[in-house]
Amino acid sequence: MSELPTHDLPALDPTVQDDAAPFWGATADHRLVLPRCGRCDTFIWYPRGYCPACASFDVEWVEVPGTGEVYSFSIPRRGQGAYRDAAPYVVAYVELDVPGSAPGPRIITNIVDCDPESVAVGQRVTAVFDDTASGHALVRFHPV
Amino acid sequence: MTIKGAAHIAGVFEHPGRTIPDRTVAQLHAEVAVGALADAGLTISDVDAYFSSGDAPGFGPISMAEYLGLAGLSYVDSTEIGGSSYVAQVGHATAAIAAGKCSVALITLAGKPRTGGTPPGGAGRMQAAPEFSFEALFGTSVLTNYAMAATRHMHEFGTTSAQLAEIKVAASTHAQHNPNAFLRDLVTVDEVLESPMVCDPLHRLDSCVITDGGGALVVVSPEVARSLDRHAPVVLGHGEAPKHADNGRIDLTHTGALWSGPRAFAEAGVTHDDIDYASIYDSFTITVLQTIEDLGFCAKGDGGRFVLDGALQAPHGRLPFNTDGGGLCNNHPTNRGGMTKVIEAVRQLRGEAHAAVQVPDCEIALAHGTGGSIGTRHASATLILGREG
Repeated sequence: MSELPTHDLPALDPTVQDDAAPFWGATADHRLVLPRCGRCDTFIWYPRGYCPACASFDVEWVEVPGTGEVYSFSIPRRGQGAYRDAAPYVVAYVELDVPGSAPGPRIITNIVDCDPESVAVGQRVTAVFDDTASGHALVRFHPV
Repeated sequence: MTIKGAAHIAGVFEHPGRTIPDRTVAQLHAEVAVGALADAGLTISDVDAYFSSGDAPGFGPISMAEYLGLAGLSYVDSTEIGGSSYVAQVGHATAAIAAGKCSVALITLAGKPRTGGTPPGGAGRMQAAPEFSFEALFGTSVLTNYAMAATRHMHEFGTTSAQLAEIKVAASTHAQHNPNAFLRDLVTVDEVLESPMVCDPLHRLDSCVITDGGGALVVVSPEVARSLDRHAPVVLGHGEAPKHADNGRIDLTHTGALWSGPRAFAEAGVTHDDIDYASIYDSFTITVLQTIEDLGFCAKGDGGRFVLDGALQAPHGRLPFNTDGGGLCNNHPTNRGGMTKVIEAVRQLRGEAHAAVQVPDCEIALAHGTGGSIGTRHASATLILGREG
């Protein structure tokens, strides 16, 4: 996956819940790893140690390519808190590509390294990892 | 078993203030409680059930019951589903009354987001949510997530900003007659479109107001209603439904009204043509548009066309809505609009809305609440009320 250092959105430390630790641990290596149910094979989002599709606690962690397409997005013109000086920026749902026939999860993220006004529903994007002070990384996306 | 006809709304009160620096949140709860009970012709000592939500300070309904001086309660409820809580709680109170658990239920809402009271929820609690770091770290807000719902609806159905603006125009048409409304100026579609873009594709005037204040409801048994000297509209039907992100498969084009609405209609035994007036939750214009579709007033995707030509404007539009000016113009106390939705529906059924917006011969009204975010997770609650018991 490519890494473009050109955007400057805040890279805030995550609150790492124990049952999502494998997800955050993989981000340190700039890998996107999703939980998948060991019983029904359903990909799970957001990451957790439980399958909401079949009520199993048998969760395995699977690396996915980090590509996908924009399902929806918005462009805040005024940021709040740590994002106070970041606007305009793009908040988006990206539908991830995952192995298998079922569609991947739609995850909340930012689309970076592009003109916000150029972002479109259906646009193909790929992951970029922004390191946090805590040694994890936030998964954002930029246009392919 | 249904709860159709099992309870009446005998008292309502909307705090007239929108900026209230000189009262505490607990005082505001007391002020609206006393106001709604007085409207019903009842007092604090008549209350045997108390319903509060996330806006109540302290330990849920217990703290406020003590503050208010409620003694001998036989039923409490602290449903927390955001701004839809108070709509749902009318259904819960009606069910409790039907089951013989209580006969006079008080529901209160109060808060001070303008002048510094504690906001509902609270950062600490949300930070402990398992989804927190997968959403909040990306600069999301209520606004960004509702705006994503609007983007997707526009993408799938061709909905336009001008169509959304028609909803604000209708609300402002009504608000000009409400002396307590936070925004009383009539606005045009062009003025909405020329207002600053706050989060594409939503403009500033697509958003609700932020106001201090609150409101209260008194839900009573038919026996109590008959003993009172006050017109008490009857509860005909109730439905509620949470909608969440569905294991990463969120569909941003519909709300939980898709499920809460049919439940309420079925219980009430009425059809869309029977609805004379509708209070529709209006945190943003897109909330109204999606809800109208989901409740079945038009097909999914046709909301943008439905709201044209003054369809929402009282008294003669196809679906007169939010005749107090709604959350878009009048009041959105504590960022929770469900309470005022029920109150204005009761005013319409009593014939006590402002004369300029009173729907003639209003017999059946709907009130709908949406709590949380249609961009992530929320709950929908639908009530259908009748003029006569």
